[in-house]
Amino acid sequence: MAGRGRGRGRSVSFNVEALGFGRGEALPGPIQQPPPLFPTVEFHPIPLGQGDEYDYMLALKQEFRVMMRKSPYSVTTNEKRKDIVRYSDKYRWQQGNVETVEEWTPDYSILPAELKPKKVRRTKRSVKPNIPVKKRKVEDKDITKTLEELEKKEETSKEDVEGEDDDEEDAEKKGEDGEEEIEEEDFEEEEAEEVRFELSLEHVENVFLVKNIL
Amino acid sequence: MSQVRNRVCRLILQENFGSAVAKVGIFLLEKGPSPIRYILSECHDSSEEVKKILCVLIQHNMVTFEKNKKGFIEYTIDGESIMYRLRFIRYIYCAKTLYGDAAELLIEELLQRGKMLMSEVITSVTGRLNEALEASGKPAIQESLVKDKFTNLVKSHFVQRCPSPLLKENRVVGTETTENEEDLFKIPDIRKRKKSINEDMPAAKRHKSEEGSSTQEKADDDGIYWRVNCQRFHQLIRDQIIVEAINKKIDMRASEILRTIFRLSETRTAPMALSTNAVSAAEILHALPKELGVDRKLLDTYLSIITDDSTDFVMKVGDSGGGMFSVNMYKCMLQLTKAHIESVVQERFGSKSLRIFRLLLLKKHLEQKQIEDFAMISAKEAKELLYMMFSQNFVSITEISKTADHAPSRTYYIFTVDIHQVARMVLERCYKAIFNAMLKRIAELTEHRRLLEKQERCDAIIASLVQGGAEDEQKEEIEQTITPPERELIKRVKRTVQMLDQSEIQIEEAIFVLETFLFYKRLNTAQK
Repeated sequence: MAGRGRGRGRSVSFNVEALGFGRGEALPGPIQQPPPLFPTVEFHPIPLGQGDEYDYMLALKQEFRVMMRKSPYSVTTNEKRKDIVRYSDKYRWQQGNVETVEEWTPDYSILPAELKPKKVRRTKRSVKPNIPVKKRKVEDKDITKTLEELEKKEETSKEDVEGEDDDEEDAEKKGEDGEEEIEEEDFEEEEAEEVRFELSLEHVENVFLVKNIL
Repeated sequence: MSQVRNRVCRLILQENFGSAVAKVGIFLLEKGPSPIRYILSECHDSSEEVKKILCVLIQHNMVTFEKNKKGFIEYTIDGESIMYRLRFIRYIYCAKTLYGDAAELLIEELLQRGKMLMSEVITSVTGRLNEALEASGKPAIQESLVKDKFTNLVKSHFVQRCPSPLLKENRVVGTETTENEEDLFKIPDIRKRKKSINEDMPAAKRHKSEEGSSTQEKADDDGIYWRVNCQRFHQLIRDQIIVEAINKKIDMRASEILRTIFRLSETRTAPMALSTNAVSAAEILHALPKELGVDRKLLDTYLSIITDDSTDFVMKVGDSGGGMFSVNMYKCMLQLTKAHIESVVQERFGSKSLRIFRLLLLKKHLEQKQIEDFAMISAKEAKELLYMMFSQNFVSITEISKTADHAPSRTYYIFTVDIHQVARMVLERCYKAIFNAMLKRIAELTEHRRLLEKQERCDAIIASLVQGGAEDEQKEEIEQTITPPERELIKRVKRTVQMLDQSEIQIEEAIFVLETFLFYKRLNTAQK
């Protein structure tokens, strides 16, 4: 654009004054680096509003935050899978147990059906129906009495139970005569069936404890 | 849905519910309505966890679901309801000032749980109140008192029913969206029936019910959930802000008159209407509280002052009944927003810039030369300040060219302030500010977490020692485990965190004003 006019030297077509600076004035220097990340502010910010209501709301806010953190709604995933047993685990689990006291089960009547946790059904159930039943009938007569006693003990400690219907049905059925088939837990798959019955409720309690921790 | 706002939502979810919920929430915010399979594939969490997270989000009224045309159930998240979580303490405080402690606790319970049954909420609040009362030595209160407070809250529409689920072949597929207004606030008749544990119930159910309490109570209102009606609280806060503004501008009596106008029109106008229905002067006189000692003449004087005031809050719309007055919400919010933006300009650029800004607001379009003349500021300075504001987008330019070739020498450059644009920009800045404040607070806490935990443990040990009746020596020993420089550090961290918390609360006030203004502006343009 400069110098389009014929014959003249460096002249421009518009009034240079209008640009905001006259000829010969010092222009700001070239910019050699990006502007600073925290530029200095000319005016210091004024202090925050003070008042009773703000103090009260602050206290409310902090309480609310603590309540939300303790509530069963905060889903904390157990990211670190236990690779080795650590000494500090004992104290971490203790603390964890103290804080989350309440449990929350959503009311599935207002939620879509697909959100319900599915019951774990093992297909093995249908594979061997006959053989186990016979074996169990033989052993039942030996330990029916001890089972009844243990059943009573178990009834009182049922508040500690968390988890799916499987566990509860499990316990009930084991506590009773246990002629029906038991829905198998992950842990029990490997064990022999005779051993399973002897362990019976002790093992069930262990299962519950582990589920508590998880 | 701006980027910054999404980031704030993510932080809010993370703070309240944990990072897993935040991940799912932000995914739904970005991708829109999606079925569960899609969420599972992107979020890489286990199916059980995602289901639980969705349950939590639905419980807190942030996610809704409906069946789409292809037959899956799609989940939609509402960004607004996540942002409203910042205002929860405001709601609790309002409930306390209006209805008292019981109402405060009721609203707090409902906000913390999302949705609850009426019976549940009443029992738990009664329990909490009684605990506090007994601790301070006063007699315990009846549950019926709390129930009355709850009924009051429902009648004034602060608490509403959750929409009931749509059933199709006995499966929940969505929620009713066509509920009547009145239905939302109908109070069910609850009578607690004590049912003894039924022997005939199948073993599994019996076991489950035993987990709860020893005696089972089945309330009549099973399935009717209640939640807080945020819009109503917004209305209340908005009215409070306007009344405060009049109070500061004119007089306490004027603010009382305005408050009466609001109270009278509450029941008649739709909640988010552009302007309230007209209220006659006679009604106002009738409804004013007696302590003010305002008679007919004084009321008329005040009303004329308020209507003639430059803030334009109240308009006289008729002469029947001694004068009909109505409050135009759009104008009110416009004035309040202007005030907010003006204070931002003043704090950022100085009072001379504020003069130029106000000038532009008044005169709408001005050239640079005219600005220098009107503002009585030297040319160089005016130019500097103006261009500073222009670079930050508070002021905009329109070019009007004299000739067809748009040559710069033959073009008028006119400066103007577009309040709507500036309001949006300031709102974005507020979001950024609140995001920074939250982030800094979390960073401070995580940085000094070990130290703060140590102090907590020491306090716990001291408390237990005091309870067990230990000597002072032991207490001193424990206290000395925290060295003086550590104490200083802890004090400083606590002060910083408090300041950041406080600033979040106050930024949130500004966000409320700006968001309400933009809402009314949209309503206004839609009506035109």
